[in-house]
Amino acid sequence: MTVLSLTIFLPLAAALGLCAAPRLGDRAAGWAWIAACAADLALTVALWIGHGNGTGVSHETNLRWIPSVRAGYHVGVDGLSLPLLALTALLFLACAVCSLGRAKRARAFAALFLALQTVCLGLFAALDLLLFFVFFDLSIVGMYFVIAGWGHGDRTRSALKFFLYTFLGSLVLLLGFIGLYLGAEPHTFDMAELIRTPPLSGSPGTAALVLLAVGIGLAVKTPAVPFHTWLPPAHTDAPAAGSAILAGVLLKMGPYGLVRIAMPMLPDAWRRYAWLVIVIGVAGVLYGALVAFAQENLKRLVAYTSVNHMGYVVLALGAAGAGGEEAARRLAVTGAVTQLVSHGLVTGALFLLAGVLYDRTGAYDMGRFGGIAGVAPVFSGLLTAAAFASLGLPGLSGFIAEFQIFTGVIGSGGGGTAVAGALAVAGVLITTALFLRLLQRTLLGPPGELTPRMTDMRRPELAAVAPLLVSSLVIGIAPRFLLDTIEPVSAAVVRLVDR
Amino acid sequence: MNENPADLLPELCLLAGAMAGLLCGMFSPRDRQWPAVALCAAGLAAGLVTAAVAAGRPDATAFEAFTLDPVTHATRIIVPAATLLVVALAAGPLRGHPRETEFHVLVVLAALGTIMLGASSDLLVLIAAYLLASIPAYALAGFAKDAPGTEAALKYYLMGALLGVFMLAGATLLYGTGRGTSYAALRDGLAEAPAGAAAVGVVGVLAGLMFKAGIVPAHFWVPDVAEGAPPAVAAFVTTVPKIGAFAALYRFTTEALPAHLLDRPLLLAVVAAATMTLGNLAAFGQDNVRRLLGYSTISQAGYLLVPVAAAGRSGLAETALLFYLAAYAVTNLGAFAVVMAAGRDDLAAYTGLARRCPLLAVSLAVCLLGLVGTPPTAVFLGKVLMFGAAVDGRLAWLAVVAAVNSVASVFYYLRWIGPVFARSAAWEGRLDGRARWLACGAAAGSLVLGVAGGVVLSVG
Repeated sequence: MTVLSLTIFLPLAAALGLCAAPRLGDRAAGWAWIAACAADLALTVALWIGHGNGTGVSHETNLRWIPSVRAGYHVGVDGLSLPLLALTALLFLACAVCSLGRAKRARAFAALFLALQTVCLGLFAALDLLLFFVFFDLSIVGMYFVIAGWGHGDRTRSALKFFLYTFLGSLVLLLGFIGLYLGAEPHTFDMAELIRTPPLSGSPGTAALVLLAVGIGLAVKTPAVPFHTWLPPAHTDAPAAGSAILAGVLLKMGPYGLVRIAMPMLPDAWRRYAWLVIVIGVAGVLYGALVAFAQENLKRLVAYTSVNHMGYVVLALGAAGAGGEEAARRLAVTGAVTQLVSHGLVTGALFLLAGVLYDRTGAYDMGRFGGIAGVAPVFSGLLTAAAFASLGLPGLSGFIAEFQIFTGVIGSGGGGTAVAGALAVAGVLITTALFLRLLQRTLLGPPGELTPRMTDMRRPELAAVAPLLVSSLVIGIAPRFLLDTIEPVSAAVVRLVDR
Repeated sequence: MNENPADLLPELCLLAGAMAGLLCGMFSPRDRQWPAVALCAAGLAAGLVTAAVAAGRPDATAFEAFTLDPVTHATRIIVPAATLLVVALAAGPLRGHPRETEFHVLVVLAALGTIMLGASSDLLVLIAAYLLASIPAYALAGFAKDAPGTEAALKYYLMGALLGVFMLAGATLLYGTGRGTSYAALRDGLAEAPAGAAAVGVVGVLAGLMFKAGIVPAHFWVPDVAEGAPPAVAAFVTTVPKIGAFAALYRFTTEALPAHLLDRPLLLAVVAAATMTLGNLAAFGQDNVRRLLGYSTISQAGYLLVPVAAAGRSGLAETALLFYLAAYAVTNLGAFAVVMAAGRDDLAAYTGLARRCPLLAVSLAVCLLGLVGTPPTAVFLGKVLMFGAAVDGRLAWLAVVAAVNSVASVFYYLRWIGPVFARSAAWEGRLDGRARWLACGAAAGSLVLGVAGGVVLSVG
C-alpha cells in the first residue's frame, strides 16, 4: 500500500468503519469524520512535499486490473493533480468541521461524505481512463444521495435531474474513452501510453468525434454553457456541505479531464477546434455573469458565478490550443489550474456561508435580508472577504488566477484571442457589480424581514470557513509555492498540444 | 469422431441430481423432502465443479452436436451457479410444501436444458434443448396454482408453443435448403441455397431463441411471469434461460450463417435497439416492482444482444457477451432476492426500508444501480465491454442508443431507490432472513465480480 493509495482509500475505510459501528452517537461520528479528514489532509501535504516541483509523475502505482483490455489500477500525482488533491482534502475537512453537531443522521452523512472523498481523490490521482471513469461515475451517485437524502426544497426532483443529466454526460464520456481505447495501437486505457502516442492521429474525422464525445462529457460536469442547466437546481436544494463539495470539487473534474485527457491525447483535434472551445468559454463567462446578476436567490447567484468562473478556465484552455506565443499560453494554462484551486476555496466558503444563512433563517432570498452587518459582524466580514476573493480583488487568489488567464489569452498574439480576452474582462466587471450589489442588499441598509433571526457564526462554522479564506489570501500574497508546482505541468501540456 | 461421455460430465451431473432427487422425493414423506432438495443442489454443485475443471481443456466437439468452447464453458458455469442461488432462495418459502421436490427437480431440468441450448451446434439438439428448457419452466410458472400464476403460465406456454412451432418450421426449412442440421454443414449448404427460403428459416429459428431470451417482439410473457409467478420462479425464468438463449443466439448466428445471408449485424442491431427502448419505456410507469424488474430484464436483453450483433466484427464481442451474462445473472437475482426478503410487490411498500434494514437497502441500491451500469459493479464492466464491442463492430449508433437507454433506465430504478432511503417512518413488516442474506451476498458478488473482473476475464 503506497502513501497515495492510502490517501485515496483512508476516507473509504473510515466510512466503512462508521457503517460498522451502529451504536456510535452523532457527536462521536462527527469527530471521527473530522479526524479522518485531518489525517487525509496531512497525507496530501506529505505527498506534495514528497513530490516537490518536479516535472514527472511521482508516487506512481501501476497494478494490473483487467489485463484483457489493458486497464489497470494506475495512479500517480503530478503538479496538476497535487493542488486539486490538497483542495479536495481541505474542502472535505471544512465540510466535516462545519457539519459538526448540525447534520441530521450524522453517521450516515459522514460515511457518505467520506466515501465521496475517496471517489474525488481517486479521480484526481487516476492515470487510467477506466479508473478515471469509475470515480467520475461514482461521484454522481454519491452526490445524488447527498442531495436526495439531506437536501431541502424540491430535493427529489433536483437530485433526479442532477443524476440523469450528469449520468448522460458520463456515458457520452465513456463512449469517448472507448473511442480513445480503440484508436490506440495496441488498444489500451492507460493514460501515460495514450499521451505518449496520441491515438487517432491518422484519422482527423474520428478524432473530432471522439473529442466531441469527451468534450461533451466533461462540459456537462464543468459545467460549460449550454450544458449547465442542471447546476442551479442541484445547488439550490443541496445541503450547504453538499453544495460546497459540488462546486468546490466535483466541478473541477471537468476542466481537470480536459487538461489531463482531451488536450494531450487529441492534440490535433484540440488545436483544430480551439476556437470553438474559446467561444464556449467566453459564452460561459458572459452568460454566467449576466444570469447571476439577475438572481434573487443567493445560492443560485453563487451557482451562476461558478458557470462564469469555469468559463475563464475553458477560455484559457482553448487559447492554449489556438497557437501563438508559447510563454503566454503556458501562462494561460497555469492560470486555469490556479483558477480551479481558487474557485474551489472561495466558492466552497461562499456556499458554507450561504448554509449558515439558511440554517438561521430558512431562506436564500436576498430581498428579505438587509443590515446583517449589524447583527452578525463576523459573518458579514467573511462574506465580504469571500465576495471580494470571488470577484478577483488583488491580494486574493482569484486575482492571481484571472490575471494570468487574461495575460495569457490576450498575450498569445492572435486577434481573435485578444477579442475573446477583452470580452472576458467585461465578465469581471459584471461579477464585481453583482457581488457589490449582493453585499449591499444583504449586509448593509435597513434590516430586512428575516434579519432579526440571523445570529453570528458558531465556532465550528468559523473554523470551517476561515481556513478556506486564509488559504485564498496566502495564494493571493505568496503564490509561488503553488505556481512552482503547476508550471512544469502547464509547460508540458502546451508542448503536448503543439505536437 | 469424439463420443466420450466424460465430455458431458457437467450435464450428466445435473441430470443425475434431478433424477436422484425425483426418486428420493417419491419415497420421502410429503413434509420431509429436504434430502431430495439436497440431492438436486448436490447435482448442481457437482455440475459447477466439473464444468470449472473442464473449462481449461482445449476446444472440441462431442457427439458431433455439442461444442465445447469458451461459450459453452461460461454457460456451464453461470447457469448452475445462478440456479444454485435460485434453489437457495426458494428453499425457505417452499419448506414443507407438498410439492417441494417437484419444484427443485423442474428447476434443475430447466437449467440442464438451458446449458444444452448454449452448447448445441446442431438444430435438432437445439430444438430438444429448447423443449427441455421450456416445458419445466411453464410448469414452474403456474406452480402456485393461483389466478395470476395460472394466467402467467398460460401466456408463457402459448407464446412458447407458438414460437416453438416457428422454430421447428424454420429448422425444417433450413434442413431442406441447407441439406444438413449441424451448423458446420449449414454454413456450407446455405451458401448455395435460395436466399429467400433460407432467410425465412433463419428467422424462424431465431424466433424461438428470442422467446427464450425475452427479446422484442417475443417478450410479452416476461412481465406477466415476473409479476404472476411465485417470486423464486420469476427470478429463475427472467435470469437463467436467458443465459443459454444468448449463448445459442451467438453460436447460431456466428457458426451456422454464411456471411452473405441477411445483413445479420443490422438485423440484430435493430432488434436490440427496439428491445432496450421498449423495455425501458414500458418500465417507466410500473408500480409493481416485479413487473418493473420484468421490463428491466427486457431492456437488459437488448443490451445483451448488442455483442451478438457485433460478433465476428469485433474481438471484444464474445468476452462482452459472456461477462455481461454472468454480471446480469448475479445482479438480477440479487434484485429479486430483495423482493423476496421484503415480501412486498408494490413500489410504495418499500418506503423507509433503509431505516429498518440498511444492509438490505444498500444491497437493493447496489443491484439496481448495478443494472444501470454504475461502477464498480459487474454490469458496469459488462457495459464497457458491450459499448466497446459495438463501437469496434462499426455499430457506434447502437452504442449511442444503448447509452441513452441506460440514462433513461436510471429514472425508474431511482423511483424505487428513492422511497427506500426516504426520510420517513421505518418500514414495518417481516423480513425473510435467508433471502436477506442471499440478497446481500448477491450484491457483494456483483461488486466483487466488478472489481475482480480482470481475474475472471483472464481466466475465462
